[in-house]
Amino acid sequence: MTPIEIYIHIPFCVKKCLYCDFLSGVFDERMQRRYTAALLAEIKYAASTHLGCLVKTIYIGGGTPSWLSEDLMDAILTTVKQHFKVDPLAEISVECNPGTLTAEKLNVYRSIGVNRLSIGLQSVNDDELKILGRIHDYNRFLHTFDLVRKAGFDNVNVDIMTGLPYQNVEKLERTLNAVTMLRPEHISAYSLIIEKGTPFYDKYKFDAVKQQAGMETEELPTDEMSYRLYRLTMQYLESKGYKRYEISNYARNGKICRHNVGYWDRVPYLGLGLGAATLFNNVRASNVRDIYKYIETSEAIEQGKSVTTTFSSPYYETEEVLSKKDAMAEFMYLGLRKIDGIARADFYSMFDIDIEAIYGPVIAALRNQGFMEAKEGRLFLTDIGIDVSNQVLSKFLLD
Amino acid sequence: MDQSKIRNFCIVAHIDHGKSTLADRIIQMTGTLTDREMQAQVLDNMDLERERGITIKSQAVRIIYKADDGEEYIFNLIDTPGHVDFNYEVSRSLAACDGAILVVDAAQGIEAQTLANVYLALDHDLDVIPVINKIDLPSADPDRVVEEIEDVIGLEAQDAPRISAKTGLNIHDVLEAIVNKLPAPTGDPKAPLQALIFDSLYDSYKGVIVFCRIKEGTLKVGDKVKMMATGAQFDVVEVGYFGAGQFIPCDELPAGMVGYMTASIKNVRDTRVGDTITHSNKPADSPLPGYKKVNPMVYCGLYPADGAKYPDLRDALEKLQLNDAALQFEPETSIALGFGFRCGFLGLLHLEIIQERLEREYNLDLVTTAPSVVYRVHKTDGTMIELTNPSNLPDPSEIDYMEEPIVEAEIMVTSDYIGAIMDLCQERRGIYISMEYIEETRALIKYTLPLNEIIYDFFDALKSRSRGYASFDYELKGYMKSELVKLDILINKEEVDALSFIVFSGTAYDRGRKMCEKLKGEIPRHLFEIPIQAAIGSKVIARETVKAMRKDVLAKCYGGDITRKKKLLEKQKEGKKRMRQIGNVEIPQAAFMSVLKLDED
Repeated sequence: MTPIEIYIHIPFCVKKCLYCDFLSGVFDERMQRRYTAALLAEIKYAASTHLGCLVKTIYIGGGTPSWLSEDLMDAILTTVKQHFKVDPLAEISVECNPGTLTAEKLNVYRSIGVNRLSIGLQSVNDDELKILGRIHDYNRFLHTFDLVRKAGFDNVNVDIMTGLPYQNVEKLERTLNAVTMLRPEHISAYSLIIEKGTPFYDKYKFDAVKQQAGMETEELPTDEMSYRLYRLTMQYLESKGYKRYEISNYARNGKICRHNVGYWDRVPYLGLGLGAATLFNNVRASNVRDIYKYIETSEAIEQGKSVTTTFSSPYYETEEVLSKKDAMAEFMYLGLRKIDGIARADFYSMFDIDIEAIYGPVIAALRNQGFMEAKEGRLFLTDIGIDVSNQVLSKFLLD
Repeated sequence: MDQSKIRNFCIVAHIDHGKSTLADRIIQMTGTLTDREMQAQVLDNMDLERERGITIKSQAVRIIYKADDGEEYIFNLIDTPGHVDFNYEVSRSLAACDGAILVVDAAQGIEAQTLANVYLALDHDLDVIPVINKIDLPSADPDRVVEEIEDVIGLEAQDAPRISAKTGLNIHDVLEAIVNKLPAPTGDPKAPLQALIFDSLYDSYKGVIVFCRIKEGTLKVGDKVKMMATGAQFDVVEVGYFGAGQFIPCDELPAGMVGYMTASIKNVRDTRVGDTITHSNKPADSPLPGYKKVNPMVYCGLYPADGAKYPDLRDALEKLQLNDAALQFEPETSIALGFGFRCGFLGLLHLEIIQERLEREYNLDLVTTAPSVVYRVHKTDGTMIELTNPSNLPDPSEIDYMEEPIVEAEIMVTSDYIGAIMDLCQERRGIYISMEYIEETRALIKYTLPLNEIIYDFFDALKSRSRGYASFDYELKGYMKSELVKLDILINKEEVDALSFIVFSGTAYDRGRKMCEKLKGEIPRHLFEIPIQAAIGSKVIARETVKAMRKDVLAKCYGGDITRKKKLLEKQKEGKKRMRQIGNVEIPQAAFMSVLKLDED
């Protein structure tokens, strides 16, 4: 059986955060129900077209999946388990926002097999939470975290952010200190990216350009400061027993997120739900992003109507067959996001050619510049290599 | 064909005074085109011309006009460029005409290029009729302009048509003036053939299309003809005249006509502009006087961004040279840029246009080095070299002295800005010659200026300091001894030959500092620190540093981000490809033009 992962997208939020460019929006309960019905139809459809797969991880992301009422969440996971073969030891994660969880909800999650929760905190400083447009304050998070622990979850992630407007060393240290004191098993630390199409873009685009150019900024931290904050995060978390295993991810006691590691190892995954991305048989595809089109597609399929499409699934909106060169490049630039990098032997077994034959000169140059190291059959980026990884990883693209 | 019913003329004007609009209106009024066919500015048929609103190439069109006297007249209208850079094009076109319409803006009055173009037309013995355009503007003052034309140029202008080419007002007066005031061509259709080549273009089906004015004799299909200067002989395949935007074949072109011929000519060098076409078996005694030879004033290096495209660049330059006699090029190499060409241009606009045409019409990605004028280097051994590429400057110990080209500039400006313009000329090492008031509020200022002070950004500075109220024309006057030094730029300790430029020693320090600042902004941050230095010989006179990039990380890369991540990396890689690698520094192409932008901000 082919081991696969499943990602399920829940595109609903109580309120859109000001920096967020994810595919999500504010919809009422009626819409949430219609969408979930459509999602169930897609789950069944995907199961019928991907036979012989063993599901090793499920990740329910968003949006704010924890905002869905528990009966909908129950229906989603139950349907997955009914139609796919799910490994009994599968990692099943749900993304949550403070203020959207209740004890009852958490009990339902437990009963349907959810064994990992990821909580979006971002900062313990209420002024920063306000700037970000988050729906909660720090106290609300503490309450949620307490509920989660009381419900018995022992694999919990907390998201934090660096590079926020007006952030400085003291403010970040306060966040790092408070979060590590709670001892979550996992911490994801992201640098704020000013994305097009967000209110943050309108507000900070000039600052973002200045930051990139190394100039003085007004509200965003300077390039120099954001580098310091990023480095501080790394050193602080490592000092508290959180081992960095990917550019932005840290885990205690080996409790890494198996689902996410699968992305960097190029494990096949099915993306279900609005706009969700899939990698299967060396094809990368993504679902339609229009919620009404998505619902219509499911309704047509349920009624047994044929849906005309040029893609291999009626849900897809983009589809790209990866060449061997694409796959090799992906193997490198995804694999090297992991701190322990990639194994030469894995490259060989996957592509039937020695890695040196393809990337010898690139690897030699990067090692020479101190951006990469080789040890015991593995290749990995050094700290300074990771710092500028966009520059480094672009060298692995093949013409 | 009755010669007395032919009028060959062109329209001359200062830029933006409405030359092309009037040409369009004449074409439309005479019924050559229907309204639907009438694209704005028919004669400017290069995309580039229409976009910039300027005429670069001469264009010709034949129109039929039924005059008030009941007769039908043939008008051959030749559109000419207005910019000072393209004087040579004007001069070529004028030689094909018998008369010229001078368009003057009713609000702005006479400008520097109005004068330059009128003098050029008078030099060619053309009859000039003034036309006052834009009388629909609220600020129009045609009476004042009439006075100006009479006082400054000395042309009778009391009954000059007062028109609006834009609205079509009084265009009829212009057409009647052409019939009644411009001369018909002369020439004997039975005499030995003398046809003047005034332009040519290359067509991949027909070969070279030669534009000519038949001065004497008749040119027919099937004739054996000879180019009098090159001696090349051809059989005429097609002759014809110019419809709007198309070639219309006919049987013959008699004396007095303007038209074209094709003769399966593959090599453009065989049909030089200015040469005379005659019959092989019954040649004319002597060729017609040719045109003034044009010498490039500005040189720069043109390099393909992708070294493999070098032959493509050569082909493209050869094709452009076909109908741009002033473009010159020869191969050169640069340590920084590889194989390329040193190209000579009439001015900066000419340079920009050639660069844009190469990029658009031939899909070439180019790196352009800093423009330079032609310096004369007198060596201690008594020899003199003409220096077009700064990096070829001999060692200072071998140089006795250097000379730089100087121009006489005429600037017309309203009195409010005289001070500002004189300051500008002073800053650019100008030597004051004279100033005269054309009218109470406007003056004509003359200065001698070094050419290298005006080729970069003088025009822009002039416009901004006069809020657009100054106009400018110049003429090369000769050479002047000058204290010049070569400024070298070092990037990460390596000298970049393509960035070197020659500069007046008194301003070298200032230029070097600005150049370093500019480059600091142009060169992206690398993974290491990059010093940028300006040096004269071994002496560093300015320095800036591009700080090392310390962080460039994509924080999130999960299932849905991977395609985006790939695009980001591709963009990064693509961006690098478009840069030039000097040592281990990647320099964007735009950086090589930095010297042009030193006076911005």
